[in-house]
Amino acid sequence: MLYAVLCYNDEAAVFAWTKEEDDAVMTRLNVVHQKWEKQGKLKPSIRLLPTSAATTLRKSDDTILDGPYAETKEQLLGFYIIDVDNLEEGLAFARELTKANPGGAYELRPIMIFNQGA
Amino acid sequence: MSELGWIDGALASARPQAVAALLRYFRDLDLAEEAFQDACLRALKAWPKNGPPRDPAAWLIMVGRNAAIDVTRRRAKQTALPDETVLSDLDDVESVEVERLDAADYRDDVLRLLFICCHPDLPATQQIALALRIVSGLSVKQIARAFLVGESAMEQRITRAKAKIGGAGVPFETPSPAERSERVAAVIAMIYLLFNEDYSAGDSQKERAALCDEAIRLARLLLRMFPSEPEIMGLLALMLLQHSRAAARYDKHGNAILLEDQDRALWKRPLMQEGLALIDKAMLARAPGPHQLQAAIAGLHARAATAAATDWSGIELLYQALERHSPSPVVTLNRSVAVSKVSGAQAALDLIEPLAGRLNNYFYFHGVRGSFLKELGRSGEAREAFNRAIALANTPAEAAHIRQHLDALSAQK
Repeated sequence: MLYAVLCYNDEAAVFAWTKEEDDAVMTRLNVVHQKWEKQGKLKPSIRLLPTSAATTLRKSDDTILDGPYAETKEQLLGFYIIDVDNLEEGLAFARELTKANPGGAYELRPIMIFNQGA
Repeated sequence: MSELGWIDGALASARPQAVAALLRYFRDLDLAEEAFQDACLRALKAWPKNGPPRDPAAWLIMVGRNAAIDVTRRRAKQTALPDETVLSDLDDVESVEVERLDAADYRDDVLRLLFICCHPDLPATQQIALALRIVSGLSVKQIARAFLVGESAMEQRITRAKAKIGGAGVPFETPSPAERSERVAAVIAMIYLLFNEDYSAGDSQKERAALCDEAIRLARLLLRMFPSEPEIMGLLALMLLQHSRAAARYDKHGNAILLEDQDRALWKRPLMQEGLALIDKAMLARAPGPHQLQAAIAGLHARAATAAATDWSGIELLYQALERHSPSPVVTLNRSVAVSKVSGAQAALDLIEPLAGRLNNYFYFHGVRGSFLKELGRSGEAREAFNRAIALANTPAEAAHIRQHLDALSAQK
């Protein structure tokens, strides 16, 4: 069974960590990562940049909003990882998806760390 | 993190919002700071028992406000009966649901707090010292160490700066959109000064490096409150991109290493990624400003895998835009370096010769001019320019760098 584990925390606090604090947390996390990766059970893992770097495309009227998707009546149903030249190309991809599947929104959030996993 | 470490972290990260809101209540900076201190002491007692509140900033604001009102009431008791309107405000916050503060209130509060530190009558270093003390909550001792001055001298400086802004009157009314954007511009400039205070100092000292981190933290705070402001994205991007190169900027003797000679493996990728993502996003707004343009230039350097792969014509175009936006001889001088890569040293030299009058006492002007002359084979004039640069060098590292050019000239003979 494949699961996506979604990580939530207060980004204001996390991005105010000093480098030492951040490194210490990453070191502890990497111990867990390595253990599960060795068993072939950890697939790609990703650390996202803060929501201030996010851009949201509202599908109903093709409006671009700064920041994360904030509505609560819709839920996170999936995600894509794309490798594009810039945000504009990323938005072009999201617009093509919109044509195939209208309704809701796509949030484009840059990735900070991408580990390939097992 | 130690057991109580999370409390320190939560207090530090809530500080700007809490002090800013308390300032709105009390309209007095010292009272607001005292109230915050009081609230922190109570937090240290209450939080380990009860766990962290859902919204630490709101908790500190309510508790700080009530504590200060208590003090005011006690003082008043010695002279007269307490005012009824003050008493009616005395809810027991620790038992009631904490008042929900509107995000827009927070935003104008924090902006006000940052903005009063940018008072135009205060010299830049005092603006920065004040922001570090009031907004970031650094101790006078820490700030004094970062500025390489004594603690009592810094204490005096901060007291004087506070007196000045106190006398000037703090603007408490909700700002109009035009005023708000003026305040944002002033705060952006102050944060970048704070960042550069460290950046230009070179760095072996931890205290000064901490100023860079603090500037980045303040820019993040500002961007969370103004998520659609492209110049704030530009500011944060610019600082992240410059900071990502910190480890590559100096050799082990403390000499500056030019961008093109830096070991790019030492550049910090995550900081760079975030800077690039932010500048990418800012560009979509199509409202370029000086920080965005400088960030875009830093971004093109960051994207180049090797110095030779640098997109100099892109950089030259961005410098042209920066020149139009904020014309200055220094910007033109920087552009000339890009011009020399794209169109050759002669074109670059032609561009900067008219600046000779205005930049005659500027170290970089003579250094850059010397390197163009050297490239054109005009060794005698190049040597003269380099000697002039050495005479104007601000640090031994700058002089040492120019001396390498002179040595190279001598070796050519």
